[in-house]
Amino acid sequence: MEDDIVKLSELSIGESAEIVKVGAVGEIKKRLMEMGVIRGAKVEVERFAPMGDPIEIFLMGYHMSLRRSEAEGIEVKRLKN
Amino acid sequence: MKNDNKNNQKNKLFVALAGNPNSGKTTIFNAITGARQHVGNYPGVTVERKEGEFEHKGVSLHVIDLPGTYSLGAYSPDERVARRVLIDDHPDVVIQVIDAGNLERNLYLTSQLIPMKVPLVLAFNMMDEVKKRGIRFDIDQLSTLLGVPIVTTIGNRSEGIEELLDKAIEVAQTGKEPAVDVRFGLEFDRSIDAIREKVAGSALAEKYDPKWLAIKLLEEDQEVLEWMKSSDGDDALEKASEERDRIKELMDDDPEILLADARYGWLHGAVKETVSLTLEGRRTITDKVDTILANRVLGLPIFLLLMWLTFEITFRFGAPFMELIEKGTEWIGIAAAFVLPDGLFQSLIVDGIIAGVGGVLVFLPNIMLLFIMISMMEDSGYMARAAFIVDRVMHLVGLHGKSFIPLFIGFGCNVPAIMGTRVLENERDRITTILVAPFVSCSARLPVFVLLAGAFFPAAYAGRIIFSLYILGVVVAMVMARLLRAYVVKGPPTPFVMELPPYRMPTPKSVLMHTWERAWMYIKKAGTIILAMSVVVWFLTSFPQKAEYGPDIKGTVTKHGSVENLPRELEVGAAEAQIIGSYAGRIGRAISPVLMPVGLNDWKISIALLTGFVAKEIVVSTMGTLYSLEGADEESPDIREALMADPFFSPLRAYALMVFILLYMPCIAVLAVAYRELGSWRWTALMVLMTTTVAYVTSGLVWWIGRLVGFQ
Repeated sequence: MEDDIVKLSELSIGESAEIVKVGAVGEIKKRLMEMGVIRGAKVEVERFAPMGDPIEIFLMGYHMSLRRSEAEGIEVKRLKN
Repeated sequence: MKNDNKNNQKNKLFVALAGNPNSGKTTIFNAITGARQHVGNYPGVTVERKEGEFEHKGVSLHVIDLPGTYSLGAYSPDERVARRVLIDDHPDVVIQVIDAGNLERNLYLTSQLIPMKVPLVLAFNMMDEVKKRGIRFDIDQLSTLLGVPIVTTIGNRSEGIEELLDKAIEVAQTGKEPAVDVRFGLEFDRSIDAIREKVAGSALAEKYDPKWLAIKLLEEDQEVLEWMKSSDGDDALEKASEERDRIKELMDDDPEILLADARYGWLHGAVKETVSLTLEGRRTITDKVDTILANRVLGLPIFLLLMWLTFEITFRFGAPFMELIEKGTEWIGIAAAFVLPDGLFQSLIVDGIIAGVGGVLVFLPNIMLLFIMISMMEDSGYMARAAFIVDRVMHLVGLHGKSFIPLFIGFGCNVPAIMGTRVLENERDRITTILVAPFVSCSARLPVFVLLAGAFFPAAYAGRIIFSLYILGVVVAMVMARLLRAYVVKGPPTPFVMELPPYRMPTPKSVLMHTWERAWMYIKKAGTIILAMSVVVWFLTSFPQKAEYGPDIKGTVTKHGSVENLPRELEVGAAEAQIIGSYAGRIGRAISPVLMPVGLNDWKISIALLTGFVAKEIVVSTMGTLYSLEGADEESPDIREALMADPFFSPLRAYALMVFILLYMPCIAVLAVAYRELGSWRWTALMVLMTTTVAYVTSGLVWWIGRLVGFQ
């Protein structure tokens, strides 16, 4: 069965997913890691900002926001609720 | 780290507070040190150094509040500074303040502290929130698994502080290091050991723990790599590079990421066993409030409303206090003039020093009110939502969402605006925002615009002309931000990744403390500069006494050679003569030809622009003086008429002048706070150069395009 692997930026509000790969580099990568964006972590998309960007997600028990451009480098596997 | 201090029963201890932003670390710092704290700067960076003193059960504690960080890498000045204090300054104990409701992410920092082998105590803070959410901990078990003592606290109720200090002192005096090592997994441990062997031989290993160095080398930590290179650690560097390649091949990913994963894995294991969440998924108050405040449709209007409110409170509400200070300064000046004998000394005291001090204090109400608003927004957690809402627009010009509020405040006054850039976590964002802040048209420029627009444009259009200037300011700020970010404040785009902390009720105590801190720093640091500059300006405009000026001055000035010879009817011209003949006046006149390409080469203009350096609204009174009108302000019909009658001026020139005043070098107070916030005279010099050049070029464009189109 094919895993439903997409970019974090492609998820809609209310969808949950598990992080599969963090593809960013440099400072952004390091920032994501220290904020808990790591392989295996579960995320849920909460809302989008008024102009559609940035995105708010829920992970590791807290709320976080990131730009779509930052979310594009993160590959996730959709989870069925 | 290697700590050879035998601290048994020491009575003076050095305590460092570490922790994530939003963990309540500062509240605990305040609870411990109370009012006995002092803020300075770490040398060479814009990071603040906060320290305080406290005595607990006979032991005197020197406490340092390290910058809030999510980890201890080498990417940001905040982290490097925190790390430096931890491994170089050898604190007797480190207290990490942890938001217990957000345990795993907070423990990531712990997993970096443990290998540093510092005596460590964890403060599980915000336990009240944790209880409300139904989370329960087995603290003892967790403490055993992490190998570090844990104390629970509720920082904003000052609960648990006693116990925390007791435990901290105990750990400090026994020098107890973490009992457990972070386990990364077999392959990593192998690599770390291999590198550690090579590290042990180098000079660096005598200063720092070899295993910690090995871990950093495996991670490719920039700072440690540099240290190794300059301390002859080629063996270690080679081995590290080998091991990195080995891991990359084996696991098909970057060692840095894999080590981060491993850390989380380790702490997740400990957390899983000891923490139980019984009310998972229950919507908290924060979630409910965010449905409105962070709402896709409502979020922006609510934000704008709050901005308007902040503005009103800062400036409208502060106005009476400012007037009070101005009046107070006047009265003190009059009293001093009464008491002191006439002459130079009196003038120095009254016009130089008292006016100077008044000029510093007058900004205090605005600054304090602004920081009350900012502290409330930060402490409550709203600030993050605000940045979230406007980031899209800010990002387009290379700025961070958090830059909006400081820049917006600039419409009232650039001084608190620049101080407000504090809220930006990243240094590059902060510097860029500070540099473009002066382009936002402050309220001091308004009187000048009202005067010039009112004199040279039909009443119906004056308002629109002024509005165009405000828009121009914003556009220039945005364009310059983009350019600065691309060519000057170099570096990769700063991450926006940002925590949205739970909403919390700000405590009056902490809001007032923040505000007082800012106000005091302003007085001490900026205040001294402003005062000094005021005296310099006084000197330049008062000397030479009995000023003389030559026949090159045409226009409304009398032909008499010096002030003394003026007949009584023309006494009002004495002030005018003085200013023209003074050093300031001479500098102004000398500069005047430089302004020819932009159509502003009238000596009155250049003198006025120079005095505008003190405060931009002074341009109006200076022009009044130069037209021999005493006590004129922008509403006076006399000065308007004088301007209109002057053959030099035209609507085009007036507009070019307004553009120049809008954009050129900021006033002393702004430069003083900018210098303080930027931390270096080089950036400050850049600000002066940049603003003046942009002003020159832009008003030049206005002048030439205007001429091309047919205006005069």
